[in-house]
Amino acid sequence: MSDAKAVADRLSKVKRLNALLTPLKDLRKSLAAQTAAARPTGVLYGMPVAVKDNICTVEFTTSCGSRILEGYRSPYDATAITKLKAAGAVIAGKTNCDEFAMGSSTEHSAYGRVLHPLDKARVPGGSSGGSAALVAAGAVPAALGSETGGSVRQPASFCGVVGIKPTYGRVSRYGLVAFGSSLDQIGVFGRSVHDAARVLSVISGRDSRDATCEDRDPLRLPTVPESLQGFVIGLPREYFPAELDPAVRRACERAVRLMKEQGASVREVSLPHTPYAVPTYYVIAPAEASSNLARYDGVRYGPRFNGSADLRALYRSTRGQGFGPEVRRRVLVGTYVLSSGYYDAYYKRAQQMRALIAQDFRNVFDRGVDLLFTPTTPTPAFKAGEKLGDPISMYLSDIFTVTANLAGLPAMSIPIGRMKGLPIGGQFIGQAFLEDEMLEAAYALERVVPATDEG
Amino acid sequence: MAGWETVIGLETHVQLRTRSKMFCGCSTAFGAAPNTHVCPVCLGLPGALPVPNGAAIGLAVRGALALGCTVHPRSIFARKNYFYPDLPKGYQISQFDQPLATNGTLSFLSSERGIVNATIVRLHIEEDAGKSIHDRFAKATAVDLNRSGVPLIEIVSGPDLRSPAEARAYLQMLKQLLEYIGISDCDMEKGSLRVDANLSIRRAGETVLNTRTEVKNINAFSFVEKALSVERDRQVALVESGGTVIQQTMLYDSKESTVRPQRSKEESHDYRYFPDPDLPPLILTPEFVAEQQSELPELPGAKRDRFVATYALSREHAAVLTASRAVADYFENVVRAPAEPQAAANWIMTEALADAKDHQEQLRVPAGALAQIIALVKGGTLSNQAAKKVFAEVAAKGGDPRTIAESLGLVQVADTNVLAGWVTDVLGAHAPEVGRYKNGETKLMAFFVGQVMRASKGKADPKLAQRVLEEKLASAP
Repeated sequence: MSDAKAVADRLSKVKRLNALLTPLKDLRKSLAAQTAAARPTGVLYGMPVAVKDNICTVEFTTSCGSRILEGYRSPYDATAITKLKAAGAVIAGKTNCDEFAMGSSTEHSAYGRVLHPLDKARVPGGSSGGSAALVAAGAVPAALGSETGGSVRQPASFCGVVGIKPTYGRVSRYGLVAFGSSLDQIGVFGRSVHDAARVLSVISGRDSRDATCEDRDPLRLPTVPESLQGFVIGLPREYFPAELDPAVRRACERAVRLMKEQGASVREVSLPHTPYAVPTYYVIAPAEASSNLARYDGVRYGPRFNGSADLRALYRSTRGQGFGPEVRRRVLVGTYVLSSGYYDAYYKRAQQMRALIAQDFRNVFDRGVDLLFTPTTPTPAFKAGEKLGDPISMYLSDIFTVTANLAGLPAMSIPIGRMKGLPIGGQFIGQAFLEDEMLEAAYALERVVPATDEG
Repeated sequence: MAGWETVIGLETHVQLRTRSKMFCGCSTAFGAAPNTHVCPVCLGLPGALPVPNGAAIGLAVRGALALGCTVHPRSIFARKNYFYPDLPKGYQISQFDQPLATNGTLSFLSSERGIVNATIVRLHIEEDAGKSIHDRFAKATAVDLNRSGVPLIEIVSGPDLRSPAEARAYLQMLKQLLEYIGISDCDMEKGSLRVDANLSIRRAGETVLNTRTEVKNINAFSFVEKALSVERDRQVALVESGGTVIQQTMLYDSKESTVRPQRSKEESHDYRYFPDPDLPPLILTPEFVAEQQSELPELPGAKRDRFVATYALSREHAAVLTASRAVADYFENVVRAPAEPQAAANWIMTEALADAKDHQEQLRVPAGALAQIIALVKGGTLSNQAAKKVFAEVAAKGGDPRTIAESLGLVQVADTNVLAGWVTDVLGAHAPEVGRYKNGETKLMAFFVGQVMRASKGKADPKLAQRVLEEKLASAP
């Protein structure tokens, strides 16, 4: 438990990262009030949790890193926030992110880019880059992010923290501003597996407000296993391509060795449809986004740009000026792939491919594999601006993470080493609703991996 | 219109009678102050998610079963995307290529073709949009989102209607059926029933379907026939003068009684339907469907047939009595009270329905009281005339029919001595008629009875009066 002033002081020390969107003055005031009101019996009593700006909170604005929701105050809390508050946690401000969670570097925020805590010339990853950076900088023990294609695991990997994306349907999406509804899940960052897991446990479980949330009890936290005896860990060969960064490969090989030493058996497996994952994702996610973002039209809330009397002009100017270029690009792509005459060729085929990708995982798990282990990202954190002019190369930084979203599986990234000081993340992908098994393996690896050593 | 046949299909939107909206808990009550029955879900606020209303799904299934549709165990909610200020999410949740139900029938009586079985192509669930109010503020449109998210079913007929009159008859039958099973109040004025029509014409005897137009903005029941006649006449005139019908949406203007094409700008060409990722497939178990089936009352057609068989009524009388569930139940309650069925039918079709028509469709005389009135007539206590007065009195003020009859002095006089007095007076006053009667003009008896009734101010028992008259006339010199 931390007192309100100490929390605010820690956050103000890392102001230069531009990771926090909430003005410090507002934050101090709110933290004092929240700490006074927090439930002392809650399992997270007094724990400050920073929250990505696309998760609705009654405290602070919820702008999704976008001009189009600048100053927007939600009249309600997301279910995950309600559960955090019930557990005694305090909301330690809203974190910067790529606009509407579309991006892999947190450079696509209307409120400026977030700096990597270890190298200000680099990006923290994205889209939940603000949350990852605050946890990595030690300003908060845990933070909420959201995932559609890797937006928690990828920045966790870049920043050297733990990031978990639960099974689709494990955590309510009520109050998570929708991007790709069939892929979106709220995820958690922590400095340790345990910090992240206990926050995840609190926010998980059934919710009558989300029809896609499974009717299940909250996740029960596993204990740290004595060994990995009996665990069968699969290494999908498609995730270790020849062109993989050598440092990333070395770090993964070391992690695998460390798991074997704890008794895990390891085998190579294949997920043959992996090469189609990124193109499939970049049809389905924009399609859903084009519809989800239709409500931002300047009519009911958010700023109106050029309040013209002509309705179409109002839509055009509000959406044209309110959305940044990456969001506009995806809305256009999504609109195109859903259009009559193109639907079958794009959206329908992408859904068919999605089913094949999910089947790949089932095939592997059906053959006795408990968990998969892969690199989280092909490279450590890249330089700011490096991929801004090349959307495809930016999209490919999610190449190892999008599959878990497409298949709805739980996955997480944990630090497994460094290269020239930059963190490298290793990824576990688990079976649906078996987060506990995945967490056990992560606990075991975390215990032995020298995460800050050069690989 | 000689030589032309009209082909019409109707798309009817019906509001389901639920307390709360389709995907949130807000009230569906009509007439509240603008934007008071709203929440994050039906306002389409960022982050809000829809959760289906089970009660609405049940009512929709009942509607589908009543129309003889195949109810699909798995159907899909889809998003229909278009921009409009009264559509807060930028899409409407509807159903598209996998609707709730398909392939039903609605039978109705056409004045031209007799019984017509119109195909119900599909029935699906959707949410309503809000309401744009263009005439409330100068140079501004206001939006009321109370209606946003209200549950609807859309019922699509095949191109099976052959005239505007048939369209009207179909719609009346549909309305009757849906009111009967209690799933909607089908009130066009409150917007709980709305209809769009697809209309094309062809040469009599042809079977092709020509280019159709869609007629919208038919906002009252009484306009259905008129609007479609106007559009049919427009198409016929167009084709006869060498023109071609183009596929477009026509807006009906009831004040001018004209149709005008919707500006192409107002039309949305591509709704980009896709399955709503916020809503899992709608799975209906056989048990759920069976439960909805068991909730269905006897349908109008079946009830009419039973009335003919059980109560020996004519088909016409049975049709009138089963036109609404309230009247049919009333009839059966009167019969059960008990009363003789044909007498009950006669009373209801004349007095009760006339009274209801003037009093907001309320059947004001309790079934038991009507049965009593019928019994008083049958037993000779009340004349028909007197009984109607008693009926009116019970309708207006309530109370016991016999007590009212007595207090109004309407109980028939069956005392032959009293009757004899009136008879003597009448015969004395009409000597010429008495003479003609005696010369064989016996049909004058009705005249004498009438005069006795008049002299008695309706209190005389007409049958007894006739007997006394016959005796007196026979014995008179």
